[in-house]
Amino acid sequence: MPVINETLGQYSELFMLLAAGTYTVAFIAFAWDLAKSSKMLRAVDQKAAASTADHKVTVAAGRVAAGLGGADAGGPAGRAERPTSGLTVEGGTAAGDMKYAGERRAPARVAVALTVLGVLIHGAGVVTRAFGAGRVPWGNMYEFLTTGAFVAVAVFLIVLIRRDLRFLGTFVIGLAIIMLVAASAAFWTPVGHLVPALQSYWLIIHVSIAVLSSALFTLTFAMSVLQLLQSHRQKSLAAGRKDNLGFMRLVPNALSLENLSYRINAIAFIGWTFTLMFGAIWAEKAWGRFWGWDPKEVWTFVIWVVYAGYLHARATRGWTGTRAAWLSIVGYACVIINFTLVNTVFNGLHSYSGL
Amino acid sequence: MSESVKAKKKSPAAESTSAEGTTGEGKLQQAKSEAALPALGFKGMLRWSWTQLTSMRTALFLLLLLAVGAVPGSLFPQRPANPSVVTQYIKDNPSYGELLDALQLYDVYSSAWFSAIYILLFISLIGCVTPRAIAHYKAMKSQPPRTPKRLSRLPEYGTLALPADAGIPASKAINDAAGLLKKRGYRVEVRDVDGDLPSLGAERGFLKEVGNLVFHTSLIGVLVSVAIGGLYGYSGQRILVEGDTFVNTLVGYDQFTPGTNFQSSSLQPYSMQLDKFEAKFDRESPGKAGQPIDYTAEVTTKETPDAPGKKETLKVNDPVSLGGTSLYLTGNGYAPLVTVRDGEGNIAFQGPVTAKVQGDNYYSSVVIKVPDAKPEQLGFVGFFLPTAFVTEDKISFSGAPELINPQLSLNSFYGDLGLDKGVPQNVFELDVKDLKQLNGRDLAAGGITLSPGATVSLPEGKGSITFDGVKKYIGVDIHHNPGQLYALIFGFLAVAGLVMSLYINRRRVWVRTGTHADGRTMVEYGLLARGEDHRLAGEAAALREIFAREWNVPETPDTATTTAGSSSTSKDQ
Repeated sequence: MPVINETLGQYSELFMLLAAGTYTVAFIAFAWDLAKSSKMLRAVDQKAAASTADHKVTVAAGRVAAGLGGADAGGPAGRAERPTSGLTVEGGTAAGDMKYAGERRAPARVAVALTVLGVLIHGAGVVTRAFGAGRVPWGNMYEFLTTGAFVAVAVFLIVLIRRDLRFLGTFVIGLAIIMLVAASAAFWTPVGHLVPALQSYWLIIHVSIAVLSSALFTLTFAMSVLQLLQSHRQKSLAAGRKDNLGFMRLVPNALSLENLSYRINAIAFIGWTFTLMFGAIWAEKAWGRFWGWDPKEVWTFVIWVVYAGYLHARATRGWTGTRAAWLSIVGYACVIINFTLVNTVFNGLHSYSGL
Repeated sequence: MSESVKAKKKSPAAESTSAEGTTGEGKLQQAKSEAALPALGFKGMLRWSWTQLTSMRTALFLLLLLAVGAVPGSLFPQRPANPSVVTQYIKDNPSYGELLDALQLYDVYSSAWFSAIYILLFISLIGCVTPRAIAHYKAMKSQPPRTPKRLSRLPEYGTLALPADAGIPASKAINDAAGLLKKRGYRVEVRDVDGDLPSLGAERGFLKEVGNLVFHTSLIGVLVSVAIGGLYGYSGQRILVEGDTFVNTLVGYDQFTPGTNFQSSSLQPYSMQLDKFEAKFDRESPGKAGQPIDYTAEVTTKETPDAPGKKETLKVNDPVSLGGTSLYLTGNGYAPLVTVRDGEGNIAFQGPVTAKVQGDNYYSSVVIKVPDAKPEQLGFVGFFLPTAFVTEDKISFSGAPELINPQLSLNSFYGDLGLDKGVPQNVFELDVKDLKQLNGRDLAAGGITLSPGATVSLPEGKGSITFDGVKKYIGVDIHHNPGQLYALIFGFLAVAGLVMSLYINRRRVWVRTGTHADGRTMVEYGLLARGEDHRLAGEAAALREIFAREWNVPETPDTATTTAGSSSTSKDQ
């Protein structure tokens, strides 16, 4: 049995508090960025609207045909380029590929810098907690929340390296703050040993994958909410109504959001499948049966089925887009229920993991 | 799943009306039959139901229904997990308790409606997987589809121009391209190699669909494995006091749940003796004092009655495997040792009494039934406290889980215990309705309070009771599930299939070459994905690079590829 180091535990709590504070400032910066950059984009759009025709000419000029005319349209001999099609300029949303564009967004840079600082402090909090307890820092609900929030923000920052998802910042950081506050206010637990049922290497495997998958589901939840807002906005814009959601200018179009959240959900679904399977293997080791419809097992299964439905919905006519986004949101709601209600209200074998 | 199903989904209604039209009946008749519901007939109805059931939409609906249907099982107590809680729940909620029972909400996972959902879902799945497997088998054996007329319509398209002095004619270029694509894992067919416009069709990623099929088939495998476990498995419980031995025969179990096809001859008569049990409790963390941190049971096992004993350790999360079963440490508690002498002075009972843990710090209830006592049978009800404390209000509680100040507090009764009637009784409960009370807090004789070693005589010369000491007991679960290994294998197969189906991309590539009037060899190529494929653009760029390297074509902006966007899906077409 490792020795409990309470001093480290206290440092950990201090780090968590500092991280939450830093995130709060980052959150404000992200919100400022949404407001300010959207305003700027609007000005750019208005200018661009006047010269749309010019823009099209420029695009066409960039496509110089290499071959000479007069050849068979069905063959390669006379053509080197595809006809200019499919290149549509979407009005009022950010680029669909979510790559970094040239423009500087000072508030967004400040926000990302603060988030990096926050995640470092947060990481220190998670690590000191782990050393304080002499084990992995996910043995109870407090630790699951603090570590889960850390992983969510870290995953967000990692994705930021490749893709410009800064428009998600307010949502991800906002959720991370909620998780940290909930952990400290509702689920606070002093650093301590694990009960015998949790003393297994499966705790490391099963729960770490669950945390990681939940973090990914958090990202896609935020994206699905934005997708619904954006698709509503796109529809109302197309109908010629006033733009009530100006800040959504910074957010890519609904289809791009849907495509990216599908890709992330696919990874998270595999993770959740492993969570379920490793949970079953552990349950067999600890309780003698691999599946017993314990409330936690029920909800883990429900989540798995809902996200399986989401993946299938993408291949079903009439279920793509808005409905798929709702499935993703319902799935995340189940994740929340699985974590909160199932551990606290329902009476099951996982009840001890909380308090 | 949708594609193949949708393609087949020719409305049977339309078929039947057209059939009627050709029978030569009047126009009016035809119009009537079109206006009214078309008669499908029994066969048509069956076909219609089958098409409906195996449609993607229905499968999705059933899948979501399965999720919704599983939820009540977490809201209401379930019989398989906890039958006594269910009985209590119905008693506590007389207004709707019975109604819920009628709706099978206490047996959700074996209920008719839940079974209906998953059986329909699996039939739908089989109906979906089988035709797809056949179609895919054919696709794997057939050649890539013919070269489209306009490659430029494909989501990824590019061209290359080989200078006239390079000496690569159109036919060589197409063969080179074929070689390169084959190396990249494509199945390639070259067409019209000596014609004006030689072309090739190539395809890869057949394993995507294989993975998809493996995933869905494995789910059926998991279901079958679970069913096998239910048919041929068994499980049971046994409480073992230190020194006790469990022998794996039907009488050795306190509780036994056989599978549907269980035969008692399949029990191997191994044995396990509990030598020693030790529980450790947290004594250093504030706020968590008394929380258990370790349970260890030292046991001696024998594979057969004559085999030599083997020392083993049984822990939580670390079961012992014996004779095809696994034994799990699922509970523990204290068993006070008691000697009861009857009114004639003879020992009527001697041994450990399993105290059932009821509250914090091993606050446990104790029931002792002494049917052998003469002239009157004796019964005791009370509680055991490992570390007894008494509040100012005379309420006893246990202050710690360890044996610091063990105490046995009992009320005593005499009379007919009712054990001779043959009606099964709960050993943890004593029905005092027909008994006369001897000791109790409210009686003149007072309650019995015993420390180890103490003896108390019962009033009216009915006998005496001695608290000899305390032993520990463990609760052991014994499980045999022949299906679980298969469930595990199918589980991993399912994951492998899932990963394959999500991350292998089915792609088609076509290349066409031709000779330009000025002598250059022109090459055009197009790519098409089946299903989601956000890396199609990357593949197009990679192909372009290997083509350019093969033919030494300098990359100029003139011949740069254009794409519709970074991500392409089949939906775009």
